[in-house]
Amino acid sequence: MNIWLRWRGAVILITSLLIVWQALYWFVGDIALRSPLQTFRFTSGFISSQRYWPDFYETFIACTLAVLIATSVGLATGLVLGFARIAGQVFEPMLVAIYSIPKLTLYPILLLVFGLGMSAKVAFGAIHGIIPIALFTINAVRNIRPVLIKTGRVLKYSPAQMAWRILIPAALPEIVTGLRIGFSLTLVGTLLGEMFASQRGLGNLLMRAIGLHNVDLIMTIALVVTVVAAVGSSLLLAVDRRLHART
Amino acid sequence: MRHLTLLRILVVVAAVLVIEGLCRIGVIGRFTMQPPSEIIRDLYRVLASGKFNAAIASTLMNSAVAFVLSVTVGISLAAAIHRRRIVREALDPLFATYYAIPVLAFYPLLIMLLGVGDAPKIMIAFMLGVIAVIVNTLNGLDRVPKVLVKTARVLQMSPVETAVRVTLPFATPYMLTGIKFAVAYSLIGIIGSEFILSSNGIGFEISFSYNNYNNSVMYPLILLVLIIAIALNILLSYWEKIILSRRGLA
Repeated sequence: MNIWLRWRGAVILITSLLIVWQALYWFVGDIALRSPLQTFRFTSGFISSQRYWPDFYETFIACTLAVLIATSVGLATGLVLGFARIAGQVFEPMLVAIYSIPKLTLYPILLLVFGLGMSAKVAFGAIHGIIPIALFTINAVRNIRPVLIKTGRVLKYSPAQMAWRILIPAALPEIVTGLRIGFSLTLVGTLLGEMFASQRGLGNLLMRAIGLHNVDLIMTIALVVTVVAAVGSSLLLAVDRRLHART
Repeated sequence: MRHLTLLRILVVVAAVLVIEGLCRIGVIGRFTMQPPSEIIRDLYRVLASGKFNAAIASTLMNSAVAFVLSVTVGISLAAAIHRRRIVREALDPLFATYYAIPVLAFYPLLIMLLGVGDAPKIMIAFMLGVIAVIVNTLNGLDRVPKVLVKTARVLQMSPVETAVRVTLPFATPYMLTGIKFAVAYSLIGIIGSEFILSSNGIGFEISFSYNNYNNSVMYPLILLVLIIAIALNILLSYWEKIILSRRGLA
């Protein structure tokens, strides 16, 4: 009973999405869509045939690198700007403004700087994630109880010790919220980067499928990417909620 | 407050000057980027020539349509589902994971459904923006004090009247957060889809000039997009501050 209550929302959601999908398929027909069943069948073939494994691998590596870069740069920026008040007040609105830019417009610049390939799409993924992570970290550090920071001062902590022993542990729940959002955006960013700035990976496969009007492949990639993103983000959400419940 | 703005301007000016210097002494090559001063001059030329007026107008027009759609549909949907517990429960996981889903990956499907043209682009921008509006409006509606709802009931207001005259006005500051996102997302959605597959708009012109190594058009257009996005953002933040201070929240 308890399990049913916990998963009721998700079950209802997935069931209704499948119903809408099937109805849309009946309505639109074979030219533009595939039914859920056909897509699942094609997807299982797609995953089990080794032909596409290099693309999966490429995307996996690119996403991992981008998430690592976004996390470390975002955290470092957030810790510094959250701790140094004036710098934070100067830069925070600027970060918010940059966040609202359609970052896709910047990809030609990244391509010119990094060239076509891995580094361009990793950079493209990372710039999507850095700012939200930084913004959440800034606010998290600002909201730390001052007594904790004073304790650190009394203990004569160096900046690194201060960050590692006081700021990060105290701000962890909020930081994880930022990481969750940063993770999602980095994933989206890397895929977009692959669509434009790469010749391998799932994003590039999607672009080729668009070019060839391969509906099966388009549906499959959209499904795979959506499922991976939803599962990853749900896992982080669970961690997030647990941390918030603890404090 | 004043000197913070001044500091901000100084930082931006310094950054631009550094890039200008790096370009002039050749650390950043000419094929990568022209000096900012030339980009600004080219931007003036591009705008004055009027060659891209149609593209700019189309992008802004589509973004405006997508923005209006996501705000009106988002707010009405949020008001409609606010009290339905089972719907909220089902939609909760969707809201939580929605922005992890690369909506742009659905653009090819939308093109097949709606045809090449403005409709699939507006659809993408709408799909991006509407969820942010719904989530933030729900957040605001959840915070409406019980006494306001009770007052509405005492005055025998209908559900629609209650929403329009009591709960939604209370939720305005929260809705504004969603509206800010909707502005950003309608630009992102439209320009993003123009990049992928389209025959007009600023996004298309940027990718077209990129493919032709035409930096003297590409950089000014990128700058134009940045200016539009940042200007809208500043404007909305200003408006938000006014509304918040009227409530005594800022």
